[in-house]
Amino acid sequence: MTNVTFIAHDGTETTIDIANGDNVMRAALANDIDGIVGECGGSMMCATCHCYVDDAWADRVGPRADGEEDMLESAACEVKPTSRLSCQIRIEPELDGLVVHLPESQT
Amino acid sequence: MNMIEGHVAFEPAAGIPVWDIDPYAEEVLLNAEDYYAELRRHGPLVYIPKYSVLACGRYDETREIFSDHTRFVSSRGVGLNDFKYGKPWRAPSIILEVDPPDHTKTRKVMARALSPKAISGLKDAFREAAERIVDGLVAKGSFEAVAELAEAFPVTVFPKALGMVDSDRRRLVDYGAMVFNALGPDNKFRRAAMAQVPDIVPWITAACARDRLTKDGLGALIYGAADDGEVTEEEAAMLVRSFLSAGVDTTVTGIGNALWCLASNPREYDRLKADPALARPCFEEVLRFTSPVHTFARTANQDTEVAGYGIAEGTKILCALASANLDPAKWGDPDIFRIDRKPVGHMAFGAGIHGCVGQNLARLELEIVLSVLAEKVDRIEFDGEPVWRPNNAIHALDRLPLKFVAK
Ligand code: HEM
Repeated sequence: MTNVTFIAHDGTETTIDIANGDNVMRAALANDIDGIVGECGGSMMCATCHCYVDDAWADRVGPRADGEEDMLESAACEVKPTSRLSCQIRIEPELDGLVVHLPESQT
Repeated sequence: MNMIEGHVAFEPAAGIPVWDIDPYAEEVLLNAEDYYAELRRHGPLVYIPKYSVLACGRYDETREIFSDHTRFVSSRGVGLNDFKYGKPWRAPSIILEVDPPDHTKTRKVMARALSPKAISGLKDAFREAAERIVDGLVAKGSFEAVAELAEAFPVTVFPKALGMVDSDRRRLVDYGAMVFNALGPDNKFRRAAMAQVPDIVPWITAACARDRLTKDGLGALIYGAADDGEVTEEEAAMLVRSFLSAGVDTTVTGIGNALWCLASNPREYDRLKADPALARPCFEEVLRFTSPVHTFARTANQDTEVAGYGIAEGTKILCALASANLDPAKWGDPDIFRIDRKPVGHMAFGAGIHGCVGQNLARLELEIVLSVLAEKVDRIEFDGEPVWRPNNAIHALDRLPLKFVAK
């Protein structure tokens, strides 16, 4: 299990344990994290699981997936260099302690 | 090698229950809920001797198989034929029936053209068409809803969105049904579909040619990707055709099934009228409850295991998406239609890298149709028995006599 902390737009922090191999979007939904919608279920067809990877983690999370950039253009909030679709972040032990920030809205 | 339905016949691994059933028999397709319940009761996987395939219908395993494109590939066909051993009836789809890295390239082009932002400009035209059609039906009172609403709406808006100049309702709708029937065994539905090929396919091919499309539609975006060198001209033409095979009959079915759900559950329709913002979640529940695409297959590309059972390379696995969507272990009370259920994770659009690339467009169509109904129609009532139309992969109505009572 790997610890991931979500920081909502209002500053609320929630830390959950995610099974390795799962993705951040699915884990967020399973743990009722507000601020992640995940409408398409992880097929990279929407941008409602948009998150900002904390600066300290940006390199370790790795680059965007092929096609992710295009889909981010549909995000409701500003896209920053640290923007990711959380369905494309696969949890591995090296990501223990990962921090992601959630945008104000997803739709 | 002993072949059956175009794939290698095999003996199931120890412990896998054997069930002597024909999932594609007309009476099974027409009463599929019983088949799904029995399928789930048998276990995570069953062996079906008639076609020498495995079938799965529980949520967890269906999801596992459908979303693992490494072990369970699409390039060997998502129907019963294994493309490794025979030539399919048409050249394989370059998005549906391929694996990465080929898939990644075409998927990117399609996903960009169908992203929420890319299609948001279609909203006004869709709403206008929905209002016009629904107004006509309210004035009429009684009508046959498959032809007059479920088909009429997509056939009005979709070819136009694509930029098509030519239109032919029958061929547009039948093309999808034909392609989906072809995924099944060599039964009467598949044979009837194959008999339609010479009439439908040349028409579709001609109507999707670059010079038959306007410059401002979704089709032009795909041909634009050919200009940019992302795909070849021939690939672009194939992708444009896939809009029609995958995007017309499926949304026709989605609308018909939504009307059937709301006519069957008047209290839920009252809730939609009271809060039209429920239109979007309502469609998600329609998708879960009726699964317009009921079954697609995968092929094991290596020896592997699911739920502890051995699966040999070359095994065809029927994934009953509709059954996963009705699995009590996942949904608690799957037989209740509840428009605010918000069934996140349903399998009606598939899952993983092949998950429906047209889902935003389908959602937009349905959101608009359902909101317009909620504004204009007080009651949706049956005006005769609904009749379902058996298809090897689609769960659609054939006839739906309805009455709209005006607000
Ligand atoms: C209610 C409507 C719809 C339903 C239920 C539906 C269902 C599905 C399903 C289950 C898949 C996954 C197939 C697989 O994994 O093997 C799929 C893929 C696909 N759908 Fe849809 N679909 C719908 C509407 C549309 C529309 C409107 C379009 C086009 C604009 C479309 C185009 C496609 C394409 C091209 C694929 C292949 C994607 C890939 O393999 O990457 N669909 N659809």
